[in-house]
Amino acid sequence: MNERQATDTRWVTCVTRIRDERDQTAFARLFAHFAPRVKAFLMKSGADAALAEECAQEVMATVWRKAHLFDPERASVATWIFTIARNRRIDALRKQRHPEPEDLTWGPEHEPDQAETLALQQESEQLGRALQALPEAQRVLIERAYFGELSHREIAAETGLPLGTIKSRIRLALERLRQEMT
Amino acid sequence: MTTPIIHHLTDDLLMAHASGSLPEAFGLVVATHVSLCDECRARLAGYEAVGGAVLEDADPGVAMAEDSLAATLRLIADMPEEARIAAPEPAAPVFPMPLRDYVGGDADTVQWRALGGGVRQAVLPTARDATVRLLYIPAGMAMPDHGHGGMELTLVLQGAFEDAGGRYGRGDVEVAGEDLDHTPVAAPGPDCICLAATDAPLKFHGLLPRLAQPFIGI
Repeated sequence: MNERQATDTRWVTCVTRIRDERDQTAFARLFAHFAPRVKAFLMKSGADAALAEECAQEVMATVWRKAHLFDPERASVATWIFTIARNRRIDALRKQRHPEPEDLTWGPEHEPDQAETLALQQESEQLGRALQALPEAQRVLIERAYFGELSHREIAAETGLPLGTIKSRIRLALERLRQEMT
Repeated sequence: MTTPIIHHLTDDLLMAHASGSLPEAFGLVVATHVSLCDECRARLAGYEAVGGAVLEDADPGVAMAEDSLAATLRLIADMPEEARIAAPEPAAPVFPMPLRDYVGGDADTVQWRALGGGVRQAVLPTARDATVRLLYIPAGMAMPDHGHGGMELTLVLQGAFEDAGGRYGRGDVEVAGEDLDHTPVAAPGPDCICLAATDAPLKFHGLLPRLAQPFIGI
């Protein structure tokens, strides 16, 4: 594995080790990176520090418990953890559920395709760089939407972010998955 | 399995669902449509990837409590192992999983209430900032002519309906705003079952439905 791959897929490797070996060292590395970000995300969404700490711990415990559901061909680890944190936020702050689509899972023998996994992780990082490169007012508006500060009527999906590539790659992954299911 | 779907969700709705900003009632329609539509599933995942980027950039100046990792490992040790065996699927279900969750079963378990003319409804339990209901409309039957005070999402699960916007079959979703006045008619064939969410009461134009409105709760 060259150095570039090490950066792009190190979190994927951590989740795989948690899934396969219940590896606490891998979990500690994920925790050190993501737990403070989840806590910060929840505080920006309106939780106080104590509630954000409690929820961040629960989110990270869910990461451990649901490691087998993570699909690196369709999401980065940051994206997957974001969805868990978002659902916890809606439950804790709005006392509502976040209805989730039916799970689509690969067959039991499926091994994630390494090239597809790497490409998806790299595209997720590019999306992050594109977000940082946006004019500040635009970036702040997107962040406010994801911190839950905007109502659905205030949200405009015209983000200025290049979403076409990542969407097409996920669409192809879904087609391969459907073929494997039949 | 997916069927060819013509009428999809808007980007605004998908981003609002990805960011967790939609009322639960609308979220249920979005999740149910996405269960049937891989195109919208991929678009939704794109907007969730934006959430991943926002999380990655969230202020790292925030620190976790000192014993946080140990406390989390204790939480994990106390959790029951996740059952990895999925509940048995009904054969060829009419309702995708998220909807079965709210109904407590497939189409044959719905507790319908008659609205007259063979039309039936069942309001599903969600948070009150918007409402979502199942509607059963016999083939060939028209829904009362109505406009909207707010937004209405209508997803077809069985049969089809037609209105000024075209024909809507299984998996198709109609996104109606305040400006749309429409008279959906259930198409010939199997009776039509729809999942419809609104964030304001519908406004009926005919006298009779308007009188009936407070009673039927539509």
